[in-house]
Amino acid sequence: MSTALHFDQIRLPPECEALRREVRDFLAEEIAKGTFDPHRPGHGDSHDRAFSRRIGAKGWIGMTWPKKYGGHERSFLERYVVTEEFRVANAPVRLHFVADRQSGPILLKYAPEHIKMNILPRICRGELCFVIGMSEPGSGSDLFAAKAKATKVEGGWRFNGSKIWTSNAHVADYMIGLFRTSPPTKENRRHGLTQFLIDMKAPGITVNPIYQMTGQHDFNEVVFDDAFMPDDHLLGEIDGAWKQATSELAYERSGPERFLETFYVMLELIRALGPEPDLRSAEGLGRLTAQLHALRRMSVSVAGMLQAGKEPVVEGSIVKDLGTIWEQKLPHRVRELTAFLAPEIGNRATLEEQLAFATTVAPKLTIQGGTTEILRGIIARGLGLR
Amino acid sequence: MIVTGESDHIVAEVAARIFADLADPQTVNRAADGAWKQPLWRALAEAGLPLAWVPDNLGGSGASLADGFAVLGAAGRFALAAPLAETLMAGWLLSRAGLPSPAGAMTIAPARPLDRITLAADGTLAGRALGIAFAADAEHIAVLADGAKGAVVALVARKDCRLDDGKTPAGDPCNAVSFDRVKPLRSAAAPLERTALMLMGSTVRSVQTAGALEAVLAMSVAYANDRVAFERRIGKFQAVQQNLARLAGEVAVALAVSGSAADTLAQGDRFDDAAFFEATAAKIRCAEAATEGSAIAHQVFGAIGFTKEHVLHRFTTRMLAWRDDFGNESWWAAELGRHVARRGADEFWPMVAAR
Repeated sequence: MSTALHFDQIRLPPECEALRREVRDFLAEEIAKGTFDPHRPGHGDSHDRAFSRRIGAKGWIGMTWPKKYGGHERSFLERYVVTEEFRVANAPVRLHFVADRQSGPILLKYAPEHIKMNILPRICRGELCFVIGMSEPGSGSDLFAAKAKATKVEGGWRFNGSKIWTSNAHVADYMIGLFRTSPPTKENRRHGLTQFLIDMKAPGITVNPIYQMTGQHDFNEVVFDDAFMPDDHLLGEIDGAWKQATSELAYERSGPERFLETFYVMLELIRALGPEPDLRSAEGLGRLTAQLHALRRMSVSVAGMLQAGKEPVVEGSIVKDLGTIWEQKLPHRVRELTAFLAPEIGNRATLEEQLAFATTVAPKLTIQGGTTEILRGIIARGLGLR
Repeated sequence: MIVTGESDHIVAEVAARIFADLADPQTVNRAADGAWKQPLWRALAEAGLPLAWVPDNLGGSGASLADGFAVLGAAGRFALAAPLAETLMAGWLLSRAGLPSPAGAMTIAPARPLDRITLAADGTLAGRALGIAFAADAEHIAVLADGAKGAVVALVARKDCRLDDGKTPAGDPCNAVSFDRVKPLRSAAAPLERTALMLMGSTVRSVQTAGALEAVLAMSVAYANDRVAFERRIGKFQAVQQNLARLAGEVAVALAVSGSAADTLAQGDRFDDAAFFEATAAKIRCAEAATEGSAIAHQVFGAIGFTKEHVLHRFTTRMLAWRDDFGNESWWAAELGRHVARRGADEFWPMVAAR
């Protein structure tokens, strides 16, 4: 435990810039074709199977994975560039994003070889959607209080209970879920949970929609009623998921998606202010720019340190803590900075539509993928306070 | 208590050892007078640190910009109350114009974006510069002045200038310096504009601020793990943990963004759009971190941190004062905002992503 924080000065290497141009060209073509509208986040189909296949065909899913599983053995910094360009363009990537960021790496580490050979290449082709099954109606941030059960039976496991806030479950092909296989012990309350690969098309699994305050349908309740999975769907150690679930978190927490979720309102702000903003607007825009630059430099640095085999757990958690709070406040700051603009500014309709959407989305940003409070607990532990 | 951060820079390690031996904040805080200053400066001079940014042929030790920034990070971790950063910058400015540097402490003027010193046809300097750090302790001042044929770098003796008796809240000299027909000891055409000097100064202050914040975080966590209240160490309270996590966030931002700006200047050594973007962003965000970070640290320490006896104020008052040097965060935010607005929305993301 130490209070020393490190940010290596990582600059993206030249191959990343060539890749960036390629990604921008691809996105420009897709926008021209009408696949999505970069100015209207939250509209259209966010799970676009055909679009994900085209992204897969470009080699931009599973970029860092071994070639024998359909991956491309490229660097985490190259993946970083692809992720940030897609995010800034508001391109619909929900279909493959969870599989690419989280589920694939877990399978790579813990799934048996024949499962890897079967599933990973299909993720890379953009054919598969994954859902994360962690939270339950009675347990959210307190992950290790999970009750949904996996019971050993002849040739496999039977699943009962329910998972909640499961984004993508209504379209997902597979879930990676956390299930209770033994009671917790006195010494270790995290003991007794096991990770499984769940085929969402199996009998005994029901997906019930839960509509969000934005009007969108993203998350769901997934109910397991004696669903069966064969033995080879077990991932890693029985009762030992607590050792596995935390290892990928630095990747999950420090990416560009952790501060760019409402980025579009910043572009619309710049359009609204025009080339000669007044002093108040200029200062506000300058501060937002400095804050964004600082977040991105931290995030790139964490990606580079991960690539170099380091474990910047605290630094990664800090990126998410600061990044999500920034993107949450951003629509409110933009609203303040545009408060005195003339009624006839050209992009008022777009600005107002985007602000309305971003403002409604904002509350979830500091909750999903680890709440602010949980992150700060992790940071405090890293500092040596726990 | 002071954490001397790991460093790839041997020069910075030498500096940190000198600071630990001769400028330990606790010892300096208890000192009845300024007797610690002379041995410290002598040791720094013997190690070639004050003129680290001056090449050998101009009287310095010819260290890299990166090494100098690493030294300044270490100086921040000790809340160094000596004109090391100022002498480094003065030497750097003089050598950019090909002028040799004298021995002894120096400072640099102007230190505010709107202050202007002019070089008249008769070769004398006129004007007033506010907030010149350590001017009262310096033997010489390196001045960036406006001449008839463009910017000029001039070296003047401090005794030829008129100073007020200003001090920062930390007690360091910080003077308004009046140049009333002051004859420079030497001068030469400057290869850079006032904005470049402000960007360099801003990066220096950002690096110092990040160093001070690192020390403040280490001190605050150590204190929270030691101090008992309500029969528990206060670091066990979630409210305190959340505050310290926020402090760590501000420290992290300051380290990352100041390191990025210093790296940009050290790699490029030119004041183009990239340097402007990096240096202004660093100054803005490090000043914000100083504001947030010092408030949190004082909250953790409670009344004890508000005493003269405790060293916390040595760090917090300095980092708060540094916000005002070489363009404050509001000034640079307006400048950066205008820069972004002129280029327009379509150029914004490419500008951010290029860094």
